[in-house]
Amino acid sequence: MSRVKIAKKHPLDSIIRADRMPHIWCPGCGIGIVMRCYAQAILDSGVPADQHVVISGIGCSGRVAGYMNIDSYHTTHGRAIPFAVGMKLAKPELMTTVFSGDGDLAAIGGNHLIHAARRNVDVNVICVNNFNYGMTGGQVGPTTPRGARGTTAPYGNPELPFNLPYLLAAAGANFVARWTTIHVRQIRDDILYAFSRPGFTFIEVLAPCPVGFGKSNNIDDGLEEMELYRQRCVLVRDGDVSQDDLNIDLREEKPIYIGRFEDRDRPPYEAIKVETA
Amino acid sequence: MDDRRVLTGKHFMNGDEACAEGALAAGCSFFGGYPITPSTEIAEHLARRMPEIGSVFIQMEDELASMAAILGASAAGARAMTATSGPGLSLMMENLGLAIMLEIPCVIVDVQRGSPSTGLPTMPGQSDVMQARWGSHGDYAIVAYSPWSVQEMFDLTILAFNIADRYRTPVIMLCDEVVGHMIERLVIPPSDQIEIWNRKLPKESDNGRCDPFRALGNDLVPPMMHAGEGYRVHFTGLTHDEHGYPVMSAKTHHDLVTRLVEKIEHNAEYLIRTEGYWLDDAEIVVVAYGCTARSAQRAVREAREEGISAGMLRLISLWPFPENLFQDLGKTVKTIIAAEMNLGQISREIERTTGRPVHGVYHAGGEMIPPEPILRAIRGADR
Repeated sequence: MSRVKIAKKHPLDSIIRADRMPHIWCPGCGIGIVMRCYAQAILDSGVPADQHVVISGIGCSGRVAGYMNIDSYHTTHGRAIPFAVGMKLAKPELMTTVFSGDGDLAAIGGNHLIHAARRNVDVNVICVNNFNYGMTGGQVGPTTPRGARGTTAPYGNPELPFNLPYLLAAAGANFVARWTTIHVRQIRDDILYAFSRPGFTFIEVLAPCPVGFGKSNNIDDGLEEMELYRQRCVLVRDGDVSQDDLNIDLREEKPIYIGRFEDRDRPPYEAIKVETA
Repeated sequence: MDDRRVLTGKHFMNGDEACAEGALAAGCSFFGGYPITPSTEIAEHLARRMPEIGSVFIQMEDELASMAAILGASAAGARAMTATSGPGLSLMMENLGLAIMLEIPCVIVDVQRGSPSTGLPTMPGQSDVMQARWGSHGDYAIVAYSPWSVQEMFDLTILAFNIADRYRTPVIMLCDEVVGHMIERLVIPPSDQIEIWNRKLPKESDNGRCDPFRALGNDLVPPMMHAGEGYRVHFTGLTHDEHGYPVMSAKTHHDLVTRLVEKIEHNAEYLIRTEGYWLDDAEIVVVAYGCTARSAQRAVREAREEGISAGMLRLISLWPFPENLFQDLGKTVKTIIAAEMNLGQISREIERTTGRPVHGVYHAGGEMIPPEPILRAIRGADR
């Protein structure tokens, strides 16, 4: 009889709160993969963990704040970004990261998202996009493809979705990338890169939500969605795709464009200082 | 830089500007706000002043963001403030609840105008009293002050910061357009005469038992632990245990919410501020606050000149409500008159605590209640 061996140590022990495990996420969920990449990036960043701070909103991705063993703030629905802006400006030495979901950041928090990008505040946003509101059970949201089903769109979503990379690039973010949960090295690398870049950065990660989104849209499990990513992902450089092509619909046989869509040096927001005589 | 922070001396300025100077004198180093009449002068004044002294001024995209930003700044250790009026206060209610739950100190200045909705943007009101107390969802307790002069806009703003830090709670400045826009003499004391109460921080003697939501003392106030100090804190708006971790249990919830309410109620004697005029032998007492108290004071003075035993109780703090004081007052005086620029908000509290009907002198807002209707009410009660 073989015995299960449990490792006593894990390289991320210092960054993840083991006393908060098991997490709340469903089998096949992609959020844990992205969190792991974020944890790895913190370890690799050279910036002491005590200087990193994570701020989340509400939803499954918002629970990341509770699992990271760094200063962490689980705020109100949609308001993680303005909370982070206040924190970053009050204590600029903090490496401030907002980790949240597409519904939290782009629907209820959409106004804060575009204004933080416009101001180009030195805050890094990691947005897990699973095309639906997962925690509340699979309602459609601002990223749900037109026609896709959700519990609040039983006949198919009548609305068109946001295309987050173009939205953020248009709003003024210094760095915009999109990956999927099969791109673990690229996610970690781009989070690290975002740490090093002044100004507002936005990394969208497409992630399976088999229970909330998959079951209503004929995607059997997380693995099947990961396989769809693997088959359809096309790497772009310098954002050389038309805006319409960037739209995602997992139900159609069309490419999912991934990569870095914006990387520029607009001046980051700095609080005004005036010398007085 | 420090002598630019506290402008010691005699000034002639409006209440909004005095509030802004009070914030600076109190050490406010972060302001996040959204322009709204009649509070805008606070933001404009701070936009000019804060960059001179190395503090942060930011105009946010709305009041939801303003409130979130000051909480983020305060969680990182800054003394932080926002200023608004009724419509903005409505939007701030969401994150006011977060401030209560996370016990993050902050000061919210509400320069009240005629309400509800857009109401009378440039004209006064006092109708946010109950919203300040109950506006965010759930059970909680709040601290609110109501200045009646330019000098008090300065003094009470400093007190608001001190109370916020000492008790790890949001504090609301319930001002009104009259006090915000009127121009009076303001005396700013030397900086070494301005009292500053600091946040309770973790102590060596706590022997590592320190948690951001564990109140070790009788005051029910846990020590504050800020971002970037190495504590690796977790702050969540979910019901949480003393360490800050979410716990979905009825007992944890009951214990937490009860402590949050009792933290204010059990410390009420340290938070409440009132002022009495001619109260010793008064049979008729007028209760008023903010600009209305200025009219009430004159009405009571004139009543005294007519030989009527009238007095005035001015509420400098509105919340927590001075229940003990009113229970005593209810037993001794013949008549209680409440004058307020709303259709009867604080008078409900007076009726609740005294068990007696209150004679209201009410106006929905738009202009200051003059002394005459208050004096008429006093005369009527004297018959």
